[in-house]
Amino acid sequence: MDSELVFLPPLRRVAICGGTHGNELTGVHVVRERLREEQRKAEEDEEEDDVVSVACVLTNPRAVQQCRRYTETDLNRCFTRAILSSAVSDRTPYEIVRSQELNSLLGPKGSAQAVDLVCDLHNTTANMGLCVIAYSDSDWFCLHIFKEAYSLDSLGKHGFALEIGPQPHGVVRSNIYTFMKTAVELTLEWVRLFNSGTVFEGGSVEVYTMVSNIDYPRERHTHNIMAVIHPKLQDQDFCLLHPKDPMFQTFSGDTLRYKGPEPLYAFFINECAYYEKGIALSLARQRCVAIPTIQMKSGLQHRGEEGTSEEED
Amino acid sequence: MSSNHVVTFNQARRVAIFGGTHGNEMSGVTLVNLWMGNGGEIRRKGGRDQALHHQPQGGGEVLPIRGHGPEPGIYRRESQFNPLFNPSAPGGKDLPYEVQRAQEINRMFGPKGSADAYDVIFDLHNTTSNMGCTLILESSKDHFNLQMMSYIKKAIAPASCPVLLNEDPRLKYATVRSVAKHSVGLEVGPQPQGVLRSNIFEAMRIILKHALDFIELFNEGVEFPPCTVDVFKVSERMDYPRDANGNIIAMVHPNLQDCDWEPLTPGDPMFQTFDGKTIPYEGVGAVYPTFINEAAYYEKQQAFVTTRREALAANAIRKV
Repeated sequence: MDSELVFLPPLRRVAICGGTHGNELTGVHVVRERLREEQRKAEEDEEEDDVVSVACVLTNPRAVQQCRRYTETDLNRCFTRAILSSAVSDRTPYEIVRSQELNSLLGPKGSAQAVDLVCDLHNTTANMGLCVIAYSDSDWFCLHIFKEAYSLDSLGKHGFALEIGPQPHGVVRSNIYTFMKTAVELTLEWVRLFNSGTVFEGGSVEVYTMVSNIDYPRERHTHNIMAVIHPKLQDQDFCLLHPKDPMFQTFSGDTLRYKGPEPLYAFFINECAYYEKGIALSLARQRCVAIPTIQMKSGLQHRGEEGTSEEED
Repeated sequence: MSSNHVVTFNQARRVAIFGGTHGNEMSGVTLVNLWMGNGGEIRRKGGRDQALHHQPQGGGEVLPIRGHGPEPGIYRRESQFNPLFNPSAPGGKDLPYEVQRAQEINRMFGPKGSADAYDVIFDLHNTTSNMGCTLILESSKDHFNLQMMSYIKKAIAPASCPVLLNEDPRLKYATVRSVAKHSVGLEVGPQPQGVLRSNIFEAMRIILKHALDFIELFNEGVEFPPCTVDVFKVSERMDYPRDANGNIIAMVHPNLQDCDWEPLTPGDPMFQTFDGKTIPYEGVGAVYPTFINEAAYYEKQQAFVTTRREALAANAIRKV
């Protein structure tokens, strides 16, 4: 892409969300600390930020209280249009009721009233470092193709997840907390600069686009896993896995190798929450996405989100 | 007891290996499942029973066991298994699952304190703390266990294998393994709950192999000479700073995180608040912290425990 300048509307309303999975504690504590800070500023009568309005939300408070990923169903799979518009009764799972509440609060999804940007904070037991998970590469704020959007960050006009690991679920590590807190602050600082008219130069961004998931070898009748991530692959997120590279190790010590036809990048290697989803690791291709130079211009409308998302956490 | 005195024990014919006491600590669950399918690896000469055991409902589930309610804890299955092991508690079908199970285990592997109790029980655990392969004892006077510790430590040298002694009645709890005459806890980490890591799995397997080798040698009549075992003795439980609602307001400091078994001296950073302030350790003298940042202990008001080093003398032992 050449140095064409694209004008985009300001991002006036941003939501920072934590606790979508109640045992991914970094986001819980980042949101709580930001709420404490907001309260302190309100008590001290500090001036409100007029460049961007930030809402901090604990999205699944019941799961947070119990320190579980979810209480009845994964909240982060409840933001499809079908679920958001479904009828609610006493028997409706908590997370579905909650998704509709969040849709009223941060959406409605696809409408002009929706917040401009949702940033959803997650942890993983995989050694992924800091990872931005986005769904569109024609949406210049977030970079990946957006297919069937079923996650919280699809509520806003733009959204992405910040995924940081490795951290066990139910644990808060200080280094991971500081990392995520800083990432959120940098995100908001970028938004303020953008809203103030700063020109951001275009260029090329390296992205990983998910291709497939691989499950553990399992016993036919019990469905118990029969092998573990191979020690050579464990913790090697974003390494290039070549055909015949070690992938699993059986309990009797045999090596099972990757049999795919092409080298792919492995990630979400040994994520705890994915055992039940039948995912031992995910595989992705790497490519470069060209992004244009962008600058804020008032009076423009944000495009509604269409299409479907990639698989995510 | 004079250190020249050889302590004799009956052969350890009945040995049990427990996995899944905490259902989301995956190494033990997996090893026990494996050996229940094929016990060849753990079979030893002279052993009659090598029962493998795990909580049937507990194996393989990955729900964390935490609660923040006013009750002592709403756990995955109504109440946590290990600390409720009090066989003298009243029985009944209305009891939480884990309590019924504890009483069943007491019938199968005990009764606790009797001559019919199993000789040895190994209880397999994982921790999110960076504890390596830790062996846990509940008595400083069990010469059989002390000799086993000494044997295992020598077998895996130069790799290390800390021994944690939890003898303080205020800090210990009635564990499931305490049914047996000789009980040994094996705690291997770091591993997230619900995750199986190959290195952690293999480490646990190797420690157990050496432990069973020791028992086999003992049963064959080998006399183990007097020895000294370095242990870390539990001293104090340290909780996170909390607000009035019981929520934590600080995290384990980055300087302390993952530093299990390293000395912590007064003035060293201990916690870091969410807005970045350091809270130092203010105890008396150097301590050796462990169980640093264990997921399951947030609800037990424990960020870590402090320990002090001790050298325990073990008499020579031999079978009767």
